[in-house]
Formats: sequence, structure tokens, C-alpha cells
Amino acid sequence: MGYVAVTGGQEAIEQADKLSKYYRTSEITSLLDPQMIEKQMRLLIDRIMGEGGMYAPEYAAIALKQAEGDPLEATFLMRAYRSTLPRHFYSHAVDTSSMRVIRRISASFKDIPGGQMLGPTNDYTHRLLQFSLRHENEEALQRFATDYGLVDEEEQERITFPKIVDLLREQGLVANTKKDEEVVPCDITRQKLTFPASRSARLQTLARGETGAMTSLAYSSMRGFGVIHPTVGELRVGYTEVTIPYPFGENDDDGIYLGEVMMTEVESINSFDENEDEEDLQFAIGYGLTLGQNEVKGIAMSILDRSLETTGDQVSQDEEYVLTHIDSVESYGFVSHLKLPHYITFQSKLDRIRQAQQKQSGKGAEEYAETT
Amino acid sequence: MQKQPSFAMEEYNFAFLDEGSKREIRRSVLKGIAIPGYQVPFASRELPIGRGWGTGGLQLTLSLLGKEDCLKVIDQGHDDSVNAVSIRKLVETSSSIETTEDTAEASVIQTRHRIPEEKLRDDQILVLQVPEPEPLRRVEARETETERLHGEKEYSSIWVRLYEDIVRYGEITIGADYPCIVHGRYIFNPSPIPRYDVPKLHQADGLYLFGAGREKKIYAVPPYTDVEPLQFEDYQFEEEEFNGESCRLCGSDNVFLDEIYDSHTGTKFYQCSDTGYCHKMQKQGGVT
Repeated sequence: MGYVAVTGGQEAIEQADKLSKYYRTSEITSLLDPQMIEKQMRLLIDRIMGEGGMYAPEYAAIALKQAEGDPLEATFLMRAYRSTLPRHFYSHAVDTSSMRVIRRISASFKDIPGGQMLGPTNDYTHRLLQFSLRHENEEALQRFATDYGLVDEEEQERITFPKIVDLLREQGLVANTKKDEEVVPCDITRQKLTFPASRSARLQTLARGETGAMTSLAYSSMRGFGVIHPTVGELRVGYTEVTIPYPFGENDDDGIYLGEVMMTEVESINSFDENEDEEDLQFAIGYGLTLGQNEVKGIAMSILDRSLETTGDQVSQDEEYVLTHIDSVESYGFVSHLKLPHYITFQSKLDRIRQAQQKQSGKGAEEYAETT
Repeated sequence: MQKQPSFAMEEYNFAFLDEGSKREIRRSVLKGIAIPGYQVPFASRELPIGRGWGTGGLQLTLSLLGKEDCLKVIDQGHDDSVNAVSIRKLVETSSSIETTEDTAEASVIQTRHRIPEEKLRDDQILVLQVPEPEPLRRVEARETETERLHGEKEYSSIWVRLYEDIVRYGEITIGADYPCIVHGRYIFNPSPIPRYDVPKLHQADGLYLFGAGREKKIYAVPPYTDVEPLQFEDYQFEEEEFNGESCRLCGSDNVFLDEIYDSHTGTKFYQCSDTGYCHKMQKQGGVT
């Protein structure tokens, strides 16, 4: 039979599961330990955690193994798990100025207080495929570790830096300094995003957005489909402390230390003439913050944050457009759902097209009769 | 109907979602019932099935289920369609409640694209999965704008769209998901059910709930509510036409039929889209 209802559903699903497992494991020589993914695919883990909105490197590694490396699928797994967890606490706002920094650069000033700190980055390595990685051996790696002699990060002296933007702010060069009116930030996982979105809702949505989609939209703005082409005031990567309010605390600042999370923070500086409505001769800051080390997303977020403050007809300036189309779980889900059977709707459409055709050919015949 | 022995996913709460989330969803349902056809925004949760694959309906189902409930899940009218199986399996493993293929036995029925042929009773809830809750999306892309249009009951643009259809094609071309007015107030999308199913919503005995997970909206058609498809006096709403064809399996000719082609001969034939109903009819008619 032809295109009939996909039946035998139960059995088909079970067989498909088995086949997937077979394809995942049939040609392997050694098993992939999630810990290998966690430690050796660090940037991918960071990306999954950021887009999944959950800081759990081990779970991200399991998700990636399960998804055979598909970041969209892995993010989806993280989100689906996340939504089963009850919400007990909101943390205090993290203080990124006291971040234990591993990398920090500014593209605006050559000399910045504390200096530039390149940290772990492949920005200036030549992108030559390193065939030697085929034969990387553990002995050599251990020798490298001893020779290099980097002390354990946590035992290192805590490196913190003042923020560049604060320096500009002190000089009265930064425009958007006023604190948002809203006291309690919105929680987009507990309230539907509505438009115009509050700034907290906007930043949360951007922070969970898909790296590729955001990079693409930010790029469009830089190329001219939009008005934002900023200078990176500061990009910092490091560990920030997370605390929750102490339940029996006297004041709100009493906190319980939970641990550190790695974050990427970007503050980009935008010229004062980008928005026609603004008359202030001051710089405007675009803000980006995401879990893990994901620099391109941080920069893209800062561009989009700023771009959404401007008025214009471009896609990157349209809040509803940007914020409703960057969530990978939603875009991935809806585009994929076209794989589901749609034969009722198709039957209904068939009926319409047949009726319309009938009327059209009928009408054609009448017109023909009139002319002859 | 045998109960499954135990809760198979002990890492998770009963019916998957945490109780706080379920309560929030039920509150949105109550609001939806109080304002028929109004799209109530809610903070939709991610579920272990794809966004756009029925997560709205599933969130409704999961938050409504109690331990005594009996669930039926269909997709395209079909209990054994892969997506229906997948959803039913998730509910079974996360709640171990009873499930059934018999419409009459179910207290909650989750469906995609069909309303069962058997009439919904006043003690039953039908949960419909919704891909696009906004009827005005056909004429306006922006949520901010469609919200305003609903608020002001400004529906001229969709009427013009229907009129333009008639001018261009001689008739209204909307197939499934035919827009209707609920109790003289809100225009709503009944989800992509065929036009054949639309009249079942009007002055019904049971409760119809609609869940759009990706678009984060819940709405309802409570019992005994008017549901009128958009139509003009001279261009009336039309159901799908089957030209007197009947189901080749049970012989019913008063049902929605699937059009099927034999892959060898290319012959076209018809059978019930509601497989549960078809089985029942076959039994009653002595067909085995």
C-alpha cells in the first residue's frame, strides 16, 4: 500500500531505537566516555550549557553522547531535563567585576588597567589542520603538563580586573547608565515572553539563544542591515561566584555560596549617532553574557542587545523577530515537525484545490460558450 | 485494561512535570474556560518530545491527569500512529495511568488533527495539539499587532482575506484549521482539524482544550459554547466532500475518510481516519 497511516507504531519506534543504537556503536574501536567529551570538547559543552540554560558540564556531555554530537539535539535534551526540576531559589545577581578572570581583552584601549590578558584562545593560532593530533599520546601530554607547570587554576592567585566600562562611566561618556525600573527580573521560563519585552526578559532570551542564529543576525547588522557595528570595550571570560539568599538572613545580601560558573561577558561600545532618536553625545553599551566560554555568542548578544534599542526597519532591530526566532529548541522542533504525518490537513487541502479547479474549469467553459 | 506495575521513571515526578508547573498550567486552563476562545499566555515547558510535536497538548494532558484517569492518544485519528504511540508511551512511563484506544472509555483524549467520530460526553476532555494558535497570523505576522486586533475585536483583515479568496479562486481556500468565532467574541484557530470536525465544537457536551507549546498559548471551548465558522451568506462554510464514498473496512459513509492509493495498482480507495471508531463499527457489523 502507498502512503497510509504510519502504523505498527509501537514496533516501528522500538526498531528505530535499536537501529540508532546500532549506527551509534557499530563501527567503534573504543567507547566514548562522557568524561572525554566533557574535558576535551569544552567549547561545545559550554555552548550546549548556554543554549540549554543549565550549567551542568557532565549532563551536557551525556546529552552530546546521546545526540551523537548534534548540538541542537543535545540542547533539546538539556532543556527537557531542566523543565522537570522544581525552582527553589533565585541566585543573587552575579558580580562579574569580581570574576576570577582567565581571559580578558579590550579592543578599545591599548593600555587598560590590569592589562590585556589573552588567556586560552585560538584567535592567533594558524588554522592549520594538526595532523599530529592523530598520534597524540598521554606520556607526551603529561610531560607537557609538567614542563608548562601551570598550577591548578583554583590555587592560583585570584586575578580580578576593574571593568573598562566603569572607567568610561566615571567620565560621563556612557549613555545608558540608568538602572531599569523593574526591581524583580522577569523569568522567561516562568512567564511567556511578551512584547515589548522587559530588558531582563530580552537578555535572558538572548543568553539562551542559538549561537549560529545570533551570530548571523548580528552579522547582518554589522554589514548594513542594521546600524550596529560596535567596538568591543571588554570581553572577559572567567569564573563567577553564585550565591543564593540565606533563607533566614537578616538582609537580602546574606548569601550561601553555591560554587562558581564559567561565563563570558562582553560589553561593546557603540557610537552615539546610531540612533536618530537619541541626542545624547554619549556612548551606548551593548551587553552580552553567556554561560561557559562562548565569545562569538557573547559579542553577537551585545550587538543584538544594542540593536534592539534602535529604531528602524531591519530584522536585527525588530525585537519580536529576533527574540522569537533565536531559540534553537523552538526552531529545531518546529522545522522538524514537518516530518510528522499531515495527511488530514493535506486531504482537506486536496478537497479545496479540487473544488477550486472544478469551478475554474467550469467558469472557463462558460466563458468559452459566451464567446462562440 | 491492566495497570502498569510501577512508576517507571523514578527520577521524575508523577506525570513528568513538577507540581508547581502543573498548577500553573491548570490556572491558565481555568482562565481559558472563563474567556472562551481567548489565547491565554503561559510559560510553556520543554518536554522530552519535540517542540512543535505536541508539547502544548501534552502539557495540558500531563497537568490534568490524576491517578484514576484513563487516556487515549490519537494522531490523524489513529491510535497506532508513531507520534501518538510516542506520546502515549511517555505518559504511561511517567504516570503509569491507564490508557485505552476506545474513545468511550477515556476521560482525557489527546489528539492531533482530528476530533473522534464518537460524540464527546460531558465527563470527557479533548485536548488538541496546536501548531499555530493565532488565526490572524494568516494576515499579520506580528504578535504585538494581533494582540491589539483581538483586543479591539478588529477582524476586518481576515474577512478581507476570505473575500479575496473568493475573488481569486471562486471559493474560500482554507483547508484545515478553519477560523471560527467563539461565542460571538474571539476568532480562534480550532487547530488543524478538518472542516468536517468543526461543527462538533458547537454547543458540545464536553470540554475542548487547546495547547500550543511552542507559541506558549492555551485556550478553550467550554461545553455549550457557540462556535461558528467564518462564512458569508452567499459563500458558506463547506465541509470536505467525499461524494458518497464509504470506508472499505467498516462501510461507514458518515465519517471523515482517508484517501489511500494502492502502491501496486494505483487504485484509490477510502477508509476511516478514526481507527478506533472503525474497529468498533467492524465489530458491530460482524466484520472481522
